[in-house]
Amino acid sequence: MIPAAAPTRALDAPSFSTSRFRAEREADWIAFDLLLTKLEKKGAKALTSEELLQLPLLYRATLSSLSIARATSLDKALLDHLEALSIRGYFLVYGVRESRLNRLRRFFLYDWPAAVRSVWKETIIIALIILLGALTSYSLVASNPEWYYNFVGEDMSGGRDPRATTEFLRSTLGHGKAASGGESGLHVFATYLFTHNSQVSIMSFALGFAFGVPTMMLEYYQGIGLGAMMAVFAGKGLGFDFGGWLFIHGTTELFAAALSGAAGLRIGAAVVFPGARSRLQAASEAGRTAGKVMIGVILMLLAAGLLEGFGRQLITDTMLRYGIGSLMLLFWIAYYYIPRREDVT
Amino acid sequence: MSAAAAQANAKSRSARAKKIRQFVTPEGVDLELRIASSGLRFGALLVDLILIVLALVLFSLVMLWVGFASQSDITMVVWMLGAFLLRTFWFIGFELGSRAATPGKRLMGIRVVARNGGRLTADAVVARNLIRELELFLPLMMLSVGAAEDMVSGWTMLAGVLWSLTLSLFLLFNRDRMRMGDLIAGTWVVMAQRVKLDADIAIGTAGDAMIFSEAELAVYGIFELQELERVLRGNDPRAMREVADAIRAKIGRPVAEEDDVFLLSYYRQLKSRLERKLLFGKRREDKYASD
Repeated sequence: MIPAAAPTRALDAPSFSTSRFRAEREADWIAFDLLLTKLEKKGAKALTSEELLQLPLLYRATLSSLSIARATSLDKALLDHLEALSIRGYFLVYGVRESRLNRLRRFFLYDWPAAVRSVWKETIIIALIILLGALTSYSLVASNPEWYYNFVGEDMSGGRDPRATTEFLRSTLGHGKAASGGESGLHVFATYLFTHNSQVSIMSFALGFAFGVPTMMLEYYQGIGLGAMMAVFAGKGLGFDFGGWLFIHGTTELFAAALSGAAGLRIGAAVVFPGARSRLQAASEAGRTAGKVMIGVILMLLAAGLLEGFGRQLITDTMLRYGIGSLMLLFWIAYYYIPRREDVT
Repeated sequence: MSAAAAQANAKSRSARAKKIRQFVTPEGVDLELRIASSGLRFGALLVDLILIVLALVLFSLVMLWVGFASQSDITMVVWMLGAFLLRTFWFIGFELGSRAATPGKRLMGIRVVARNGGRLTADAVVARNLIRELELFLPLMMLSVGAAEDMVSGWTMLAGVLWSLTLSLFLLFNRDRMRMGDLIAGTWVVMAQRVKLDADIAIGTAGDAMIFSEAELAVYGIFELQELERVLRGNDPRAMREVADAIRAKIGRPVAEEDDVFLLSYYRQLKSRLERKLLFGKRREDKYASD
């Protein structure tokens, strides 16, 4: 392609030889190598338009050289180099077709809601499982408070158990004098909650491939803790207040928990019931959808952590808490489930 | 003995072929991607973990220093968030780049590729790396929970650890060396090392000093040719002496010239002979194959 290289080296080889082949094409490979290095280091923007036009030409020249070399040459170093160069070139030339900003935009506008929408069945199942867990423990604790100690560990409850006084329980909800922690520790608390919850969600997603069973167990367990707590507060006549305390961040957090479970369940279901596809293909398709959902879940948990750490501690009015919680729930539902134009195409 | 050696040669060739996966580009060329071995994968993981821990320690020290200086607990928040981001997004961030490899993978010369030959998408990278959380930490969790709380017997703990290890070591049990995460994300990890273009040793002035007869050249095949090329490029006098002596003994030539001159001439004439045969569709894999 660039004939200028040939005459520089006088060859006493026969009219076709692999040495001649190499001497004639070597300049292209070197140019391609340099271009790829520049592309890798500085990105596509650093290339001039002339270099951009050269890129596919040099790529094809290299691939064609590889084909010829494989058929004619026994020079191992040459073959290895051409192979490595072609692989590198292929992934760069065919790799990224979109700018990062564009990808981000598309993710928030279309991909994230679409992924969440597509796991709606699993989301309902997981939500029912959480509800079932909550109802189980609620009814058990309500009938016999001793059950509470089986469900909620000592370190989790922090004194919020059936023996506690109404006054103490009220104080843990942020009413009364001893609002928990004071204001200075809020952001630390919020961050801790966020990282902890994210870790749990990732686990519940990752466990999904074991046919979704551990995922469902984990979500059921989450519901159990919730219901037991609820029963204690309701027993002391604080049910409504506790609801508000929970609702302000709980709508976001539980929604995220349900989605992470749904993502895990989607993978488990794809492995068990692959349908017409092969099991591997079904798993990888489910995995990609679930991956998108999981980015969303981590972002939702960040929001929930902020609401829990700041919103809940600063806003003590129960009605306002309910208001914010419902608003968040409405926002998420609208964002995910209102169909948009991209769906049709 | 030669039959055993021939068998061993054929075996190693087929083992290499088993690692190769067809990967046809739109231009119709098979790139013949090679699956990265489990050793390389483990090495890459180890390097990445060491780097993460180093970064974490450095970050903690800086945050500690800033925290003492400013007397505010906002540094605590930054530290917790930073540690979380580092742990979760180290792999995702690097694999989303144009080289689709973490520093550890780059060092080992491997990269992540979409199994269907398409573009490696962000959701696949996220899925394969969130599963890693499970693969890495489940065995550790089983161990620590069992040991700390003392609520399970040794045997139960062992069973738990073994169960979680089968998940973590999943890549040892399949041909494609896929992790659990690769399986779910539809990816695999292949060799992508860089190979420098070495000089062409088949041209130049010295090299036609000796002329070998057809019978003298007919004793070796492609495998031996490429081994000879390796020795010549290595340029180690002791190895060259050994190889030159072996060839001389085989073809019955006395020690008359310098080893490198002898080897180079022999290499060139053998290469051109085998390449000529290759053009006519005859590929002689090694010296045991018929000429």
